[in-house]
Amino acid sequence: MINTREIMETIKMIDDQHLDIRTITMGISLLDCIDSSAERACEKIYEKIVRLAKDLVKTGEEISRQYGIPIINKRISVTPISLIAGASDAKDYVCFAKTLDRAAKDTGVNFIGGFSALVHKDFTKGDRILIESIPEALAVTERVCSSVGVATTKSGINMDAVKLMGETIKKTAERTADKESFGCAKLVVFSNAVEDNPFMAGAFHGVGEGDAVINVGVSGPGVVKAALEKVKGKDFGTVADVIKKTAFKITRMGQLVAQEASRRLGVPFGIVDLSLAPTPEIGDSVAYILEEMGLEKCGTHGTTAALALLNDAVKKGGVMASSYVGGLSGAFIPVSEDAGMIAAAECGALTLDKLEAMTCVCSVGLDMIAIPGDTPAETISAIIADEAAIGMINQKTTAVRIIPVVGKGVGEMVEFGGLLGYAPIMPVHEYSSFDFINRGGRIPAPINSLKN
Amino acid sequence: MKAVVTVMGIDRPGIIAKVSTSLFENGVNILDINQTIMQDIFTMVMLVKLGDDTDPAVVLADLDKIGSEIGVDIRMQNEEIFNSMHRI
Repeated sequence: MINTREIMETIKMIDDQHLDIRTITMGISLLDCIDSSAERACEKIYEKIVRLAKDLVKTGEEISRQYGIPIINKRISVTPISLIAGASDAKDYVCFAKTLDRAAKDTGVNFIGGFSALVHKDFTKGDRILIESIPEALAVTERVCSSVGVATTKSGINMDAVKLMGETIKKTAERTADKESFGCAKLVVFSNAVEDNPFMAGAFHGVGEGDAVINVGVSGPGVVKAALEKVKGKDFGTVADVIKKTAFKITRMGQLVAQEASRRLGVPFGIVDLSLAPTPEIGDSVAYILEEMGLEKCGTHGTTAALALLNDAVKKGGVMASSYVGGLSGAFIPVSEDAGMIAAAECGALTLDKLEAMTCVCSVGLDMIAIPGDTPAETISAIIADEAAIGMINQKTTAVRIIPVVGKGVGEMVEFGGLLGYAPIMPVHEYSSFDFINRGGRIPAPINSLKN
Repeated sequence: MKAVVTVMGIDRPGIIAKVSTSLFENGVNILDINQTIMQDIFTMVMLVKLGDDTDPAVVLADLDKIGSEIGVDIRMQNEEIFNSMHRI
C-alpha cells in the first residue's frame, strides 16, 4: 500500500496548493464537414461536435469525483474554420462561429477553440474572410475562441497578416467595448502555432491530427512554489531538482486522467501539455515561484534567468512522466491570470519590455496584457511582430493575446472575471511604428530553418 | 476498483465504527487500515476494494453524509492516482 505520507502529500497538493487538471480538451476534425453550402456545413459541424463530445463534460466530472482531483475545464478544439468555411459560398463566417458556440453550449464545454486561420506565408480567400469576421464573431458568441498563425520558423513572418491582426484586435476591442473589450481575451496571434495545444484561447485541431483526440493540460504553480519553500537558500541545482520532481508528479496525474478520459470516451489519447498555468487565486501563481527563488518582485533583474530555469526543469521532470508530451508545455505568464504578475505590474516592477524578454525563455508569449484603449493598431501590430520574431528565430511558439481596453488608460484596472482575472492597464511605447508596419510583405525565414 | 479512503478531523469515539459500517453496508471490503494522529488531527487511511457492481458515487455520497454528521473530512479516491504519482 502507498504510505500515509505520500497519500497526505497528494491530498495537500490538491487541497492547499491548487493542484488540478486545468483542461481536458477534445480535438475534433471538421474536415469531413466541408460543404459548398455554408448552411449544410454548419449543420454537419454541429452534428459532429455534439455526437463526439456529448459525454465529455459528464466523463470529466466522473473522473474528477472518482479520483478526487479537480478537473477545471472541459473544452473542444476544432480544425481551423478557415479551411472548412473556405470551401463554402459564405461571405462572412460569423454563422460558423455561432454554430460552434451553440455546439459548445449544448455539450456544456466552457470554450471551443478553432475559429482560426494559419496565414504564416499568405492568405487564401477563406483566411481573409475569417479574419474579417473575427470582431463580430467574438462579440456575438460567448464561448468561441479564435487564433491566427502569422509566422513560422520555416516560412518567416507574414507582415501583411501582422498588420491585419493589429487592426483586427482594435476592431474586436471596439466591438466588445461594453464588456471591457473582452473579445480580445479570446483572440491569440501565434508564431509557430502548435496543432495539439489543449489550452485556450489558442487551441485548434491541426490537420495532422486524427479524427478526434483527447489532450490534457495540467497545472500546479502552487505545488512548485510549496516545494521550493522547503529549499530556501539552497543552490540552483537543488532548485532545478525540486522542480523536476514536482513536475513529474503533476504530469503523472495528467497522464492518468488523459488515459482514463481517452478510455471512457473511446477517443485516442493525444498528448499531455506540461504547462504551469496560473490562476488569479493566491497561491496559484508562476510569479510567486520566481519570487520564491529569491527575487523581491517578479520583473526585476534575474527574472528571465529564473523563468528559464523553471521552464526547463518543468519539461525535464514532466517528459518522463508522460508517454506523449506536446502542446505548449512550459510556464505560462498571463498577466491578468496570475496574482503575482498582477501585483508586479501594479507596482511597476513588471513591464511590457520585461515580459517580452521573458517570453524568449518560456512557453507562449505576451498573454492577457491590458493596454490603453487608444493604442494605435500599428503599435499592436509591432508588438505582434516583435513577439513573432522571437518565436521565429528561437524555433518556439510565441503568441500575443493583448487587450486594448476601450476607454481606459495607464494605471486603471480592468476586470475580466473568473479564470481570466483582472489587470492593470500597462503602458506601451509611445513612439510610432506606423511606417514599419505599413511596409507590408514578408520577413524572410531565418537561416536556422535551412537545415535540409 | 481499489480506492483509498482518508478520514481527517478532530478525534472522537466512533469514527472508525461509523465509516466502516457505511463501507460494509455498501459492500466495500476494507483491505488495510492505518490510523494516526498528525498535528492533533485524527488521520485514518484505508485501502478498500469496491465490488464490480458497486457505484463509487453512492459510496462516496454515504461517506460524505457521515462526514458532515460527525464533523470529519472524508474522501475516497481511486488508488491509481497515488500509484501513478508516487511510483514509477
